[in-house]
Amino acid sequence: MAFETPKINYTGKIRGITLGTGPKAVTVGGATAYPFHLFEGTMPHPPRIAMEVYDHRPEEWAEAAIEPFKDVLDDPAAWAQKNVKEYGAELIVLQLASIDPNDMNRPAREAADIAKKVIDAVDVPVILWGVGSHEKDTEVLRIIAEESDGRNLTLGPIEEGDYKQIGAGALAYKHVAVASSPIDVNLAKQLNILLGNLGVPEDKIIIDPTTGPLGYGLEYTYSVMERDRMAALCQEDEKLQYPIICNVGSEVWKIKEAKISESDDPKLGDARERAIAMECVTAASLLLAGADILILRHPESVTRIKKMIKSLME
Amino acid sequence: MGMTGIEIYKLLPQTNCGDCGVPTCLAFAMKLAAGQAELVKCPHVSEASKEKLDSASAPPVLPVAIGQFKTGGETVLFRHEKTFVNPTGIAVLVTDAMADADVDRKLAAFRDLRYDRVGVLLAADLVAVKSESGDAAAFEKLVQKVAGAVEEGLILMAESADLLSAGLKHVAAKKPLLYAVTKANADAVGTLALDNKCPVAVKGENLDEVIELTQKLASMGLKEIVIDPGSRNMKKAFEDQVVIRRAAVKNSFRPLGYPTIAFPCEMTKDFAEETLFASAFIAKYAGIVVLSDLKGESLFPLLVERMNIFTDPQRPMATEQGIYPVNNPDENSPVLITTNFSLTYFIVSGEIEGSRVPAWLLIMDCEGLSVLTAWAAGKFVADAIAAFVKKCEIADKVKHRSLVIPGYSASISGELEEELKEWKITIGPREAAHIPAFMKQYQP
Repeated sequence: MAFETPKINYTGKIRGITLGTGPKAVTVGGATAYPFHLFEGTMPHPPRIAMEVYDHRPEEWAEAAIEPFKDVLDDPAAWAQKNVKEYGAELIVLQLASIDPNDMNRPAREAADIAKKVIDAVDVPVILWGVGSHEKDTEVLRIIAEESDGRNLTLGPIEEGDYKQIGAGALAYKHVAVASSPIDVNLAKQLNILLGNLGVPEDKIIIDPTTGPLGYGLEYTYSVMERDRMAALCQEDEKLQYPIICNVGSEVWKIKEAKISESDDPKLGDARERAIAMECVTAASLLLAGADILILRHPESVTRIKKMIKSLME
Repeated sequence: MGMTGIEIYKLLPQTNCGDCGVPTCLAFAMKLAAGQAELVKCPHVSEASKEKLDSASAPPVLPVAIGQFKTGGETVLFRHEKTFVNPTGIAVLVTDAMADADVDRKLAAFRDLRYDRVGVLLAADLVAVKSESGDAAAFEKLVQKVAGAVEEGLILMAESADLLSAGLKHVAAKKPLLYAVTKANADAVGTLALDNKCPVAVKGENLDEVIELTQKLASMGLKEIVIDPGSRNMKKAFEDQVVIRRAAVKNSFRPLGYPTIAFPCEMTKDFAEETLFASAFIAKYAGIVVLSDLKGESLFPLLVERMNIFTDPQRPMATEQGIYPVNNPDENSPVLITTNFSLTYFIVSGEIEGSRVPAWLLIMDCEGLSVLTAWAAGKFVADAIAAFVKKCEIADKVKHRSLVIPGYSASISGELEEELKEWKITIGPREAAHIPAFMKQYQP
């Protein structure tokens, strides 16, 4: 008697969400089974990679992270174009690092102008990522939302403390909302309900579970994502049936072991290769937990993870 | 345990003697079913019953020992359900087709690449020794060489019982894993494993063949079995890992209820890709992954991933209480305090380090809780903090008396000033990411 594969009876499905407009628009989600469990369901839209652009010259980055972008670090629009043309980025994330009130605190008007240049410089979908300051994120993202009306941008992170303000901006100008909650299934669900009550349509929400990088909380993000997917696919929890985005690059590259030189700790091996491996291992783990969009920094990581996705798909 | 209390009760003596410490056999059976008692407490249970109960109480993935290394014993599919039991073993491959220098380098890497992280030693676990040439003498020699360098944790890989037997000659006492039983050699290799009391791996062309082989070995009396489903394509290999674990855990399907071994080293020639395949197998269910090489830049990320995946999701990782110097502080350096949740410690110390400002970081034992949780639980509160600050003797290390507390603990600052009269309390940032900016302007 041939062995029969034990299968799960999935009752739910992840919504397909489209980012951007025109021929380069990207649809994510749509899965009817656990990640890459293709023997018992489908993933019509394989996970996608978004590449980072910073809105001002990054400080204290590891040499390996600077190198691929060294000619565009002062020009975010050129940086975005380079990512698309040279590194094959299918999505761009503009990290609005300059607006941080605890750091550079660039005025909202100025930051929005830079963002507009980036948005207009590329034809792929653009994700705008704030700094987690309710007031400042609201101020900046509202201007950006208004000035790119109908471009179907993706705006985040939208948290419980600012969902009304940023959510309203996304709603009014038809952008996608990144609902961000601190590594907790119930808080993720609650924020999605709140956004729904505000009137944000079901096809305009993506979940950001908050990303812990390798060695610094990866396991929390990993398990929360698995629980999200379990609730969405097996317990018909409609408020969790959204694609998931993971902000991997900035989290991984800031940790100690991604920056330390080989001469300072020879056992950790080659610094460039190690940092890329850490970014990739974090990304690969989160792919298996349910990530639909991975934000990555290094072009080599992008190449490797795209290949990994392909290996798991075919 | 897969049996109900009533089912267990039927196998007990039913004398209500109370020798097990529980007044009735039924009550004892209920405790057994709930996992609150052990069968050895009953001195009167028959051998036949014992065997039945033992096999029913075995975990769905049977445990396997390769020397001191343990694998299997898993009970769930998702780590949030219950802690995974045995972290995926990481093995490095050496073969008799490799140059001596290459073998030496790999053995040296196996020995030297060890990392201490929160008091836990992270390192590769096993060396897989493979007969590539088919020459028994060469294999025996290579195994001996490896055994001289590696205490235990050996996997012997060869196609025939004769070769495996040659490899086993000097190392049988180390209980290496014999790889592999196939359709062609099942009787001979099974017997070799049985005679030497060694764990054995099966390799099938597909799961049907694996099932046939594990059933055969089980009927020969072998219990310590490891499964290689034979797939070397990532999509299929991932599917096999999921299906094997699910069949064992959800369906209690004994023929697949064994730990698995995966071979990223045989799936690609690209080492970076091999590392990623290994990372997938660590997350999803491999008992052992065999790598072609060990390099710090890829082994370290894999070991940390393994640590993350196999931690107890219910118990926070804790750092040892104490004074942690960051960036070579002196008697004028600032003093900061936080809780001993490992993540808190890692992130706070990392941010201080990143600021390049020398500082003393006080880590207080709050049973591994984060700042807010520890405060809510009454552990990171003024009187407890004051007691710790006095006891830890930080006052001997600095001339000033200024203490920075986490931003989330702002509400206790007044009370803390009462408790620590000679200290000035400063409220630090709420988020660790803001520590560098804070450190740059702060003077104790």
